[in-house]
Amino acid sequence: MPRAKLIKQKLVIVFLAGALLLFSPLLSLFDRPVLLFGVPLLHLYLFTVWSALIVAMAWVVRDDSK
Amino acid sequence: MTKQVLIVDDEQNIAISVEFLMRREGFDVAVARDGEEGLAAIRTTKPDLVLLDIMMPKMDGFQVCKAVRADPQLASVRILMLTAKGRQAEIEKGLSLGADAYIPKPFSTSELVAKVKELLGLD
Amino acid sequence: MLGGPLVVTVSFLYLGLLFALAYWADRRADQGRSVIASPTVYALSLAVYCTAWTYYGSVGRAAAGGAGFLPIYLGPTLAAALWLFFLLKMVRISKTQRITSIADFIASRYGKSHLLGGLVTVIAVVGVLPYIALQLKAVSGSFAILIHYPEVLLPGVAQEQPVWRDTAFYVALLLALFTILFGTRHLDASERHEGLVAAIAFESIVKLLALTAVGVFVTFVLYDGLGDIVRQADLAGHLQPLLKPPGGADIWFSFSLLSALAVVLLPRQFQVAVVENSSERQIRRAVWLFPLYLLLINLFVLPIALVGQLEFAGQNVDADTYVLTLPILHRQEWLALFTYIGGLSAATGMVIVETIALSTMVCNDLVMPGLLRRWRHQPPHTDLSRLLLLIRRSAIFVVLLLGYSYYRLAGEAYALVAIGLISFAAVAQFAPVMIGGLYWRGGTRRGALAGLSAGFLVWIYTLLLPSFAKSGWLPGDFLEHGPFGIELLKPQALFGLGGFDEITHCLFWSLGCNIAAYLIVSSSRLPNAEETTQATRFVDALKHQRPVVAGLWRGSAEVTDLIALTGRFLGEARARREFAEYARRRKLKAGGELPADAETVHFAETLLAGAIGSASARVMVASVAQEEPLGLDEVMDILDEASQIRAYSHELEHKSRQLQRATDELKAVNAKLQELDHLKDDFMSSVTHELRTPLTSIRAFSEILQEDPKIDLAERKRFLAIIVSETERLTRLVNQVLDLAKIESGHADWQSSEVDLCEILGQSIAASEQLILDRGGRLSQRIEVEHASVRADRDRLMQVMLNLLSNAAKFMAAENGSVEVWLQQREDSLLVSVADNGQGIAEALQPMIFEKFRQTAAGSANPMGTGLGLPISREIIEHFGGTLSVKSEPGKGAIFTFMLPASGRPENDTQDEAL
Repeated sequence: MPRAKLIKQKLVIVFLAGALLLFSPLLSLFDRPVLLFGVPLLHLYLFTVWSALIVAMAWVVRDDSK
Repeated sequence: MTKQVLIVDDEQNIAISVEFLMRREGFDVAVARDGEEGLAAIRTTKPDLVLLDIMMPKMDGFQVCKAVRADPQLASVRILMLTAKGRQAEIEKGLSLGADAYIPKPFSTSELVAKVKELLGLD
Repeated sequence: MLGGPLVVTVSFLYLGLLFALAYWADRRADQGRSVIASPTVYALSLAVYCTAWTYYGSVGRAAAGGAGFLPIYLGPTLAAALWLFFLLKMVRISKTQRITSIADFIASRYGKSHLLGGLVTVIAVVGVLPYIALQLKAVSGSFAILIHYPEVLLPGVAQEQPVWRDTAFYVALLLALFTILFGTRHLDASERHEGLVAAIAFESIVKLLALTAVGVFVTFVLYDGLGDIVRQADLAGHLQPLLKPPGGADIWFSFSLLSALAVVLLPRQFQVAVVENSSERQIRRAVWLFPLYLLLINLFVLPIALVGQLEFAGQNVDADTYVLTLPILHRQEWLALFTYIGGLSAATGMVIVETIALSTMVCNDLVMPGLLRRWRHQPPHTDLSRLLLLIRRSAIFVVLLLGYSYYRLAGEAYALVAIGLISFAAVAQFAPVMIGGLYWRGGTRRGALAGLSAGFLVWIYTLLLPSFAKSGWLPGDFLEHGPFGIELLKPQALFGLGGFDEITHCLFWSLGCNIAAYLIVSSSRLPNAEETTQATRFVDALKHQRPVVAGLWRGSAEVTDLIALTGRFLGEARARREFAEYARRRKLKAGGELPADAETVHFAETLLAGAIGSASARVMVASVAQEEPLGLDEVMDILDEASQIRAYSHELEHKSRQLQRATDELKAVNAKLQELDHLKDDFMSSVTHELRTPLTSIRAFSEILQEDPKIDLAERKRFLAIIVSETERLTRLVNQVLDLAKIESGHADWQSSEVDLCEILGQSIAASEQLILDRGGRLSQRIEVEHASVRADRDRLMQVMLNLLSNAAKFMAAENGSVEVWLQQREDSLLVSVADNGQGIAEALQPMIFEKFRQTAAGSANPMGTGLGLPISREIIEHFGGTLSVKSEPGKGAIFTFMLPASGRPENDTQDEAL
């Protein structure tokens, strides 16, 4: 099961990256009442990180067997 | 009819002593200095008896013995092996290759003569 | 025009569609073509997480606090990244142990405890009932708004209507019916509810589509995209409040943590994620698909909230209703109806699954233990499967009616509005015993009880009671000033810990007390036998080894008793079928011939656990089997054995590899020894031969001379000369054998001094010259060095030179023989060569001539050689750090060369020594 182990390892990295981007002082960099592309900066940042996490997880667990 | 005896031995001094003993018994004696020469002499002269040493250059006694026994024309040739190698395995090897008897070196001269006479049917 | 009858009809039609869908999926499952086996359906069913609270409430939270609604979804997103660790493990455990609910899971982990299962059930029911009430309120509220179309009229207070005119009441009854029909189709609660899950997945699609439809309408039809909305909201002054920071970091973190835990620990989430799971592949898909769903359903929350505030500025319209009221305001009746259906989906999905999960828990962990006590642990000999179904169906009714009652009681009160997070905080209490149970063997039943109780009590005190107080059911005094005026005990600033919001405050104290009690009480004594057994089954669930089954039970049982027992709960036909299947798996013929061993008993218990929960199943099996309880030591022994088997096999593998290596080494050594032995034999045989050869001549001639005194004098002299020469040869041989033995064994007596090679050469040439001349040869020398000093043993070097010269004399050509001695200096070495013009030595034979007794085999007639001269010479030269080698081409003679390191020009004193 070395492949399964590798997937788990990558998921941990995604988790840590997410925790860092969403739950660390990094967040305060974007927590400002300004607009970017006409959208509140914080919302834009959160949804971007969120999407990136989902893409990363989907990529990590993708099924190569097919 | 005088019996013909061929001595095949690379040790010159041993050959001299055996030649002396055989001549004294009245045999017709020839000497060869190694295996090849010995085999050639056996083929040409068809001696009644060959006194064959084992450790010799060019062709050892076992090979000579084997070659002689492989040749039906030489069936009447008696072979007495003289060996300084005392190991039982070598004695057995010689006998199984077709030697009629063996005498270990150093031998007693009377014993050698008696054995030769026995093999030649002169008792 | 929308109106009451139409909305009611559509609602019924929608529920009817769900019925049909569920029925169809059940039929498909019966035919073996499950729809819910799809990973996508699994991920969608997990979206039951998004209830009416999300559907309507997210917009409300966004309107009130900007990005503050997002942690509820970001937490689960991050948690999903770890699902392949703990969710996978929970699923694996639940499949092998036929776990029916989260209460069953926790009870089973800590030694199959009724008490623990009961406590978890109570916490779940108390924590989640208000949450169900919230859904009922959402349905009836949205219904009330919709029937007033095209007016935007917020519903009145529910309590003012009689029960029989209350929509929520009928909604509750209808949902109870649906839940009973599809939630209790199978007796085995651990079996999947195919139709139900299919319906839930479908509802997830509906609510996502509905919310997205509203979002698209609001964002792109009413306005010109998000930028437009933001600009206008900014102008109207609605934007800035929403851009303010989403609470403190504490709220951001604690809400995320709560949600991350709740997404698996809420009874309905455990139901769909663990109990209804049909393959581990599903989890892999859900890891990203579920977060994607969460993202999509929140995509339009902000625009809807902003538009709501723009459009309803100054009006008393609850932001929680924007999703529905915005389409109504803009006269989009079909969109409004669709939105209502979406909300209905969100609410009914949650209620149905939550009710099933709770009813299973109530039945297996509250009612069954009571029944067992009444039966005095001995069930009556009748078919109990109908009773079981009845209990479960009643539990569904009771749970829904309780939910409805709470709704009637609480109404618009604060307690209902904040209930989502309050429920989350309640089920978060399961986290320590759950995570600890999965990864720590030391947790005990008492520790779990203590932790859960402590957490639950703190939750009641810091969150539930204050919410009651804020609803006006309790005097607000204790909230403001603490009970009995003790400020330190103020529920929402316990021990003076203020400055946090209530959820964070509760989470800190409740989980803190929970974890502390769990760890401390667990550590107060060792786990007992049963706890140890279960701990191993849970903690080692992902290890690839045979489950520890046999050996952990000792006693006697009758298979017929076991079948009869399971038959009473599962129905006789089903029990027989299961046992026959089991017998087939064990490759036995029929159920009757099954051995009543530990494995069979365990099978019966697991089978029963699927119907009545693990704790009750254990009691039941114990009633028909005479169990000899195992002591802790024995269990530890068995577990040690089981867990050590792998370690042993690893070690064994390692050992056998080592052994193989050792064997190979031994074989090599043995071969070497045999070779040495063989060499020794050969050597002995050679020595013997070499001794016997001269002895033969000596004896023969002595006897000739002795026997025959008449031999003439010349002959006599010749014979005697042979005797003398052979005797000399014998002496030489004996000396050389001894010499070699001494050198080889390291006992030789070496003299070491500065030696002039020129001098040695001169002396040895003088000694050998006559021999060469006698044989008709000639000797020449080329000394190219004036002074050739080496450090060596003079006599030994002489020995080497004499040996080489005598060999050369022997082997030089018989006619015109010549021997040449040559001394040259090459860098720091001195080379001495002795060349003859004899027939040379074939290349293949060259290395052999340095071996002992090889001279005879090497072929040239050498009447007086011993076959030891060259080996001894080589030993001598090598002893002084030099080399001795031969170069020869057949027919062109041989050149023996030895090389010695030069020791420099000898000084006067050393020269004296050398002389």
